[in-house]
Amino acid sequence: MNLKKYLKVYAKFLHTSLASELEYKTNILIDLITAILSLIGSIFLLSIFFQNNGSIGGWEFKEALIIQGIYTILNGITNTWFNPNLTEIVKHIREGTLDFVLLKPIDSQFFISLKKINPSGFLEIMLGFFLLFFCIRINQINLNLNFLTLSLITISCSICILYSLWFFISTSTIWFVKTWNAIEVLRSFLYIGRFPLNSFSFSLRIFFSVIIPIAFITTIPSEVFLGLSQFWKILLEINIATIFLITSRKFWLFALKFYSSASS
Amino acid sequence: MVQNIIDVSNLSKSFDISIKEPGLNGTIKHFFKRQRKSLKVIKDISFEIKEGEIVGFLGANGAGKTTILKMLCGLIYPSEGSILVSGYLPFRRNENFLKNITLIMGQKQQLIWDLPPIESFYLNASIYDLDMFEAKRRIKKLSEMLEIDEELFIPVRKLSLGQRMKSELLAALIHEPNILFLDEPTLGLDINAQRNLRKFLQKYNKETNATICLTSHYMKDITSLCKRVICVHEGSISYDGKLDLLLKKLSPVKEILIVCRTEKDAIKIENCGFTVKNKIKNEITIIIENNSITSTLKTILNKFDIEDLFINEPPIDEIIGKILIKKDYDI
Repeated sequence: MNLKKYLKVYAKFLHTSLASELEYKTNILIDLITAILSLIGSIFLLSIFFQNNGSIGGWEFKEALIIQGIYTILNGITNTWFNPNLTEIVKHIREGTLDFVLLKPIDSQFFISLKKINPSGFLEIMLGFFLLFFCIRINQINLNLNFLTLSLITISCSICILYSLWFFISTSTIWFVKTWNAIEVLRSFLYIGRFPLNSFSFSLRIFFSVIIPIAFITTIPSEVFLGLSQFWKILLEINIATIFLITSRKFWLFALKFYSSASS
Repeated sequence: MVQNIIDVSNLSKSFDISIKEPGLNGTIKHFFKRQRKSLKVIKDISFEIKEGEIVGFLGANGAGKTTILKMLCGLIYPSEGSILVSGYLPFRRNENFLKNITLIMGQKQQLIWDLPPIESFYLNASIYDLDMFEAKRRIKKLSEMLEIDEELFIPVRKLSLGQRMKSELLAALIHEPNILFLDEPTLGLDINAQRNLRKFLQKYNKETNATICLTSHYMKDITSLCKRVICVHEGSISYDGKLDLLLKKLSPVKEILIVCRTEKDAIKIENCGFTVKNKIKNEITIIIENNSITSTLKTILNKFDIEDLFINEPPIDEIIGKILIKKDYDI
């Protein structure tokens, strides 16, 4: 793979999608306001849960805010990259414009996963980081190299798991044509990620860890922040992320063999 | 000797389709248990195309033209048989193969809707690994050939269909491919835009010796661009050869309208033993076989005092219409 070419293409993707989005200034403004209100609403909801209980599943409010911070960053990434691109796959397949992507001398998964960005998602990412820095202060977390490395690894793994799950669903459009509902279900499951894994019953914990590993996505990075992480859990998350990424790639290549293109 | 650039042998393609009975019962049945059927849309076809050729694929809707085109450019896996395009197996979509081909579809677009076409050209240039200087040179050359200038800087959504199609062509040709697959490129364009597009394709073919495979329902596209046609009927090839031969075979006669000075002359011609289509006062229309046109015209001009004379070809659409519904042509 020619890395220089891919970086050049990605720079063009950034430029064209930013230029496209900036054509509609009001839309961006509304998105930005929505992101701020959504974060305020989520923190308010979380505070209601903790109003009568000092802790839920062993997590105090100021600790649960870390999960909210990580969730906000991931949600920002979802809104910046996954939502505009991966929902577009469904459109590409239904309308047959995937033809143009497949005939370009560039990796098709790279193209359809990164072609667009929604700049208003950046604000959510920034808000998420602000919240995390605030949590680092109120939880008196020691910022050392070990902590930063583990945080970076676990958050990256979370992004990979989230991307792969979404990509699986979008790819299945090649057979099922309409999968918007499944994507909506996944988005609803993502809300679960705002709460600590321990706050769920045993059976739900198993479901959200094994069947759909949503809980891993936020809980394990949060545990790293609080110094509660166990090595095996981090290793498990790395493994899950790697397996999900490789499988999503293989699934895409396999699915393309069944792509019949839309009729003209 | 000109080499084959496309080699297709015993190619077949089947699709699995689900069948639904009409009515509510049918819908419920279809929801719970789908009846599936394998449909062979391309049936054991073989042909070769030489470098620099312009070949038109003719056929009714659903005959399989687009499926053939999509298999040739590697979008669809063939079920049986083999295809070699420029020495590559298309469905492997090798990078060098993809740099050699392009697909233009009249009803689908790749340009970024909210931005001027120039942005899409630069994006494509980076995908094809062209440096900025080379990209600008190619854009300048192609925009001159396509006669577009200011349109390059206007958002795509504000361009007319004709301007958009020209921009689509430029976006698809920026990497200077030597095989062009065109699926109804003039669809929806007005007569002038169609003519300009045809002129451009002729020029492009002449200048670059690119091979062009074209499907179109506008007969003018086929007759002005393609010397060779491949007729597809229900997934099989019913004719593969020169277009003029096919037209001669399907329409072996011409109509000649003779305007005489007097009605008397018209009656004399009527009594000469020609096949007369109609006669109105001093005008008479006769039907003559293609191979005896010269001798017949000589006789008429020598014998009678003629005021004017018109030779009419039968309407091409009517002839091509016959091709679309007939299964075999032995020429």
